[in-house]
Amino acid sequence: MSVITYRQALRDTLRAEMQRDENVFLIGEEIGHFEGSYKITEGLLKEFGPRRVRDTPIAEEGFVGAAIGAAMLGLRPVVEIMTINFSLLALDQIVNHAAKIYGMFGGQCSVPMVIRTPGGGGQQLGATHSQNIELFYSFVPGLKVLAPSTPAEAASMLRAAIRDDDPVLFLENLGLYNTKGEVPDEPDAEPEVAQIGRAAVVRPGTDITLIGYSRMAGVALQVADELAKDGVSAEVVDLRSLRPLDRTTIVESVRRTGSAVVAEDDWLTYGIGAEIAATIQEGAFDWLDAPVARVAMAEVPLPYAKSLETAALPCAESLAAAARRTLRATGRLR
Amino acid sequence: MTEIFMPRLSDTVEEGVIAAWHKKPGDPVAAGDSLVDIETDKAVMEHEAYEEGTLAEILVPEGGTAKIGEPIAVLVATGETPPTAPTRPPAAPETPAPARAQAQAPATATAPAVAAAAQPQDGRAPTSPLARRLAKEYGLDIAAITGTGPGGRVIRADVENAANAANAGNAAKPADAAQAASTASAAGAAPAAATDDGKDSVEAPLSRLRKVAARRLVQSKQEAPHIYLRRTVDAEALREFRSVVNDGREENKVSPNDLILKACATALRRHPDLNSSWVDDRLLHHRRVHLGVAVATDDGLLVPVVRDADRLQLTELAARTRELAAGARARTLTPQELGGSTFTVSNLGMFGVDGFQAVINPPEAAILAVGAISKQPMVVGDEVVARHTLELNLSVDHRACDGATAAQFLAELVDLLEDPLRIVV
Repeated sequence: MSVITYRQALRDTLRAEMQRDENVFLIGEEIGHFEGSYKITEGLLKEFGPRRVRDTPIAEEGFVGAAIGAAMLGLRPVVEIMTINFSLLALDQIVNHAAKIYGMFGGQCSVPMVIRTPGGGGQQLGATHSQNIELFYSFVPGLKVLAPSTPAEAASMLRAAIRDDDPVLFLENLGLYNTKGEVPDEPDAEPEVAQIGRAAVVRPGTDITLIGYSRMAGVALQVADELAKDGVSAEVVDLRSLRPLDRTTIVESVRRTGSAVVAEDDWLTYGIGAEIAATIQEGAFDWLDAPVARVAMAEVPLPYAKSLETAALPCAESLAAAARRTLRATGRLR
Repeated sequence: MTEIFMPRLSDTVEEGVIAAWHKKPGDPVAAGDSLVDIETDKAVMEHEAYEEGTLAEILVPEGGTAKIGEPIAVLVATGETPPTAPTRPPAAPETPAPARAQAQAPATATAPAVAAAAQPQDGRAPTSPLARRLAKEYGLDIAAITGTGPGGRVIRADVENAANAANAGNAAKPADAAQAASTASAAGAAPAAATDDGKDSVEAPLSRLRKVAARRLVQSKQEAPHIYLRRTVDAEALREFRSVVNDGREENKVSPNDLILKACATALRRHPDLNSSWVDDRLLHHRRVHLGVAVATDDGLLVPVVRDADRLQLTELAARTRELAAGARARTLTPQELGGSTFTVSNLGMFGVDGFQAVINPPEAAILAVGAISKQPMVVGDEVVARHTLELNLSVDHRACDGATAAQFLAELVDLLEDPLRIVV
């Protein structure tokens, strides 16, 4: 085991996968000579050359379309879209082509493409560069959407995404790139490949279930630690995969604890939390001792001013407050 | 100033009626003083003051009704001025914060306030789905449980507390005592007097006992598929045995019903399938035998419980049954004396009924209906002879027990009654 950043876990995994399979190649803006806007692809152009690390013009629709074509012909493109905000320019390619080709052409070819892209606010990048719109893709059958929250998950899930035969939107987070965590050293053993579509109970507990993904999974763990000081045993579920969604793990957890709070970095209305809440009432209605609570971003275009931006984003305090309300409602906290 | 609240007298009680106040406003009250008599569906209970002071105000007068937890009187410390404004009514449910205010405080969004603490308009207490499921599993009536969640919502903790309270009395199952196990009507219920208002029918006032009984009878018939088994007992030996037992005995004589109860307790010990409960798709075998004995009272049917009837000697059981029947008629039994039976015996023999079929007293698995001992033609060998006989009807919840199993229990019971020495040895 070594402790590395989320960023390095991604870079190490890209490199290892490129070494393992020569069909894996990278394509995107500024990933070669500039080595990536967030330095995920640092050193890879030098090592693998321009045939496998392809800089593109600022033309998301074009390079996503090119990657889809390459994938249909047997390559395994890993596309970097600088932030998820710019994926909107490629929405037609992703939703109407990547997600549909396998089904509409009777399974003649699949699209083994990965789109890596970070979401997340809190970086003072303004309303158009700070969105969390993974919901748009989680909504679409034919796509898979993964959202790792730790360096180890980032490594095992990116590996799984690259080896998967379907188009995968791989959600990173600007706020997570510098976070550190233990990751198994690769040459030592066969690297772990995550199972797509599995959530994880990352902290077992008995009094309440806190559910999050990506950045909010880490926040949920932090809140669980906080609540433990008050004698509350909170269970934390990291969704990890937004599509397919691991409903079983969610429902089983709530059946154990009797209540849940969902934390999401996106907007509340129609958000991921709404889907989780619906899943819970379908699967664990008779186990609920309080309504499912949701914590999400304020329903505004994210402000630029630091104070307003901070106030608009969900955080440990807002999640803890919601959890405490629910715990009081179930008599688990006075 | 201290408010005195309507106490929780049992798990199935939702509200109580003030039967009598023993103090009036201005009276000094010492801790332990009898303050008020409260009538529930089961009994009249005396309620004592917990603190000393002066009774400042009676909020619910005699004959008035209050829900559990509602204030019924105000006590002030001696010398303290009584409040001028009455402190009624109980705290209103917290009103949900307006959505706008919520969006301001922490700007991050939380689920809209609409669903937060919505109190149903129909007066029904809110209950969480988990609480409802658990109440069903425990066999508790959730409507009788006071909620401590937001807006008075009944939550898991409330149900678990109620279940623990019920278990504290060693109840095999928290049962509603007033379950009216048979088709008997209350003794002495007079037909409505003819009135001259021109109406052919008038609504009769209903006792709480009768309301609860009605609900539970319907529940039993709707949920428990009844099967009925009938046997006729040759009661000659039973009569003879009874006269031997009572010979020279001035007090605490043993009745035929006592012998039947003792025989039931003995037979149940050997046939646990009949001493069971089917609750929420689970079958519970009760390890202890608590016999319910149906008693007709002026207000309706009560079923006091003889605990551990199988461990009592015949004369102990007879004494206990007599004591409970008297308590039932006087309405002085405690909730614990009225709940937790695992099998019920209903006897209408004293009314000359030859035999009848009774409705199972949920959550029990069976009830025995006993008819009168009377001379009937009976085939003995190839002769028809007049002998004293006794008809037994066993109603069984088919979910908990099959007909053949019930038949074996009934056969054992008949054998015991026809060879009654075996009942006591």
